Amino acid sequence: MALKVRVRPATRPTLRVDWTEVGKHSLLLLACLIVVFPLLAAVIKGTQTGAMVSGASLKVAGFFWSNLREAWVSANLGVYMRNSLIVAVCVTLGKTALSLLAAAAFVYFRFPLRGALFALVLFSLMLPSEILIVALFDVVTRLHWTNTYAAVIVPFLASATGVFLFRQQFMQIPSSLAEAARMDGAGPLRYLWHVLIPLSGNTIGAMAVIQFVSAWDQYLWPLVIIRDEAHQVVQVGLKGLSSAAEGQNWGVVMAGAVVSIVPPLIVFTALQEQFSKGFALGGEK
Amino acid sequence: MDTPVFKGRLFPWLLLLPSLMVLAVFLYYPAVQTLRLSATASNLITGNARFVGWENFTDLLRDPSYVQSAALTLLFCALVVSLGLLVSLSLALLASSVRRGARWYRLALIYPYALSPAIAATLWLFLFNPEVGMVNTVLGDLLGIRPRWLDTPGLAFGLVVMAAVWKNVGYNVAFYIAAIQNLPKDVLEAARIDGAWGSRMFWRILFPLLSPMTFFLVFANLTYALFESFALVDILTKGGPVMGSGGATRFLMFRLYTDGIENYKTGFGAAQAVLMFLGVALITLAQFRFAGRRVQYGA
Repeated sequence: MALKVRVRPATRPTLRVDWTEVGKHSLLLLACLIVVFPLLAAVIKGTQTGAMVSGASLKVAGFFWSNLREAWVSANLGVYMRNSLIVAVCVTLGKTALSLLAAAAFVYFRFPLRGALFALVLFSLMLPSEILIVALFDVVTRLHWTNTYAAVIVPFLASATGVFLFRQQFMQIPSSLAEAARMDGAGPLRYLWHVLIPLSGNTIGAMAVIQFVSAWDQYLWPLVIIRDEAHQVVQVGLKGLSSAAEGQNWGVVMAGAVVSIVPPLIVFTALQEQFSKGFALGGEK
Repeated sequence: MDTPVFKGRLFPWLLLLPSLMVLAVFLYYPAVQTLRLSATASNLITGNARFVGWENFTDLLRDPSYVQSAALTLLFCALVVSLGLLVSLSLALLASSVRRGARWYRLALIYPYALSPAIAATLWLFLFNPEVGMVNTVLGDLLGIRPRWLDTPGLAFGLVVMAAVWKNVGYNVAFYIAAIQNLPKDVLEAARIDGAWGSRMFWRILFPLLSPMTFFLVFANLTYALFESFALVDILTKGGPVMGSGGATRFLMFRLYTDGIENYKTGFGAAQAVLMFLGVALITLAQFRFAGRRVQYGA
């Protein structure tokens, strides 16, 4: 064996590189790039116009507002956005209220058929509304709700997930609180409003995110039941825009698509804390 | 949880009434109607319905294009669920294990949650547009190829799978990160000290602890792949391109929509709905039996 002489100067600063950490960061950066790229491209293309759009150029140009104005006014995006906002807000508020009431009934009362009714609510998870479109179309048509907001709001107001999560949440709240409230002469609705709701902030926030996003994302049902531009939602409305697009119009489509993501993004960002805390599915029971 | 605190006979029914009414009118009644219609050759527009018994079902199961749709849907679901969960769990674990910048990675990975399937499809439609899409502009300049993504069966199928997985990464990562953040702190510390997420650590401790979330996500992704991916197909491929005895991306939900709604074959569509429901029920049942043994620390 060759004799090894240590030549390393003792004073050399020790620069330890943690290679696993570097590896993780490069993997994550790459993943983020892939995940972000389609949206990034959409944002950039939304600022371009003319021949630039149909090229590979990723330079930000200054036409975002004129693209957006064209989508907003001539392609009706403004109307679609307003409709989606009305629908998503109504569905979110209605679903939350209805599931809070139902969960309170299941936790704080004893009544005949309680178990059966709870099973009936949960079983609805097995019946996605998409499967039922043919018969649902019949029901909603007979109610004369075609081309109304009610058609895209009311059928979605009951929520098995909501009832289930709120029930879990209420069961974690000590029953002595309810006992005390009852002693003080508070009825169940006052207890719900003054104690249960304030204590369930995280669950309500998490549910609101899921419900708003899923209501905003509705596509199939509005496509089936709304045939009138004035009541159409943004997901279906944008389809009209993109199917008519050729070459240079894509800048307008991308500007519209980007703007249609903003409302769910705002809701999600605002309630992110509640969202992660509200789903302690994996943690303590 | 035996805490019947408040008294009242009618009151609980009053609280339940709104939910029960919505469920009855817009879920259970249509469900029964679907079952009834599936035994008829009916057309809602002309209003005539004729009882045909099992005919719709035997017609469907004998139709090679329906069988092909079912097989393609199954393949599609399997790919979307497995690829989606694999990618998302790896990314969520990675993003939770770095010492710096975890917040930013999470933010970037979770944002596609705000994307709808329809918007995701619109973005991909443009990116992979054969003439003006960026992907082909770059491929054409670099390699001189311009694949017809949406007109080639294999490519179109692959593209819809990729778009579906991509769209749901945000959702899955969001839920996995929430689950990881709610794990007992000492477990994570131990994992970090023991050479950070070694494969044994992962399979013995983390994976079992996360199994309730995985269980939930398998179901969520399955319903996503079966139903919500309709928008992807409708916007990207319209069920095409032609392959075998049907379209390469003509999945069951798209079929149900075209037959039952666009072509007004109400009874025929209802029969497809019944078959889809049976499929979902079977898979769920299998999942619960499987999970009964496997999922630990049940949620």
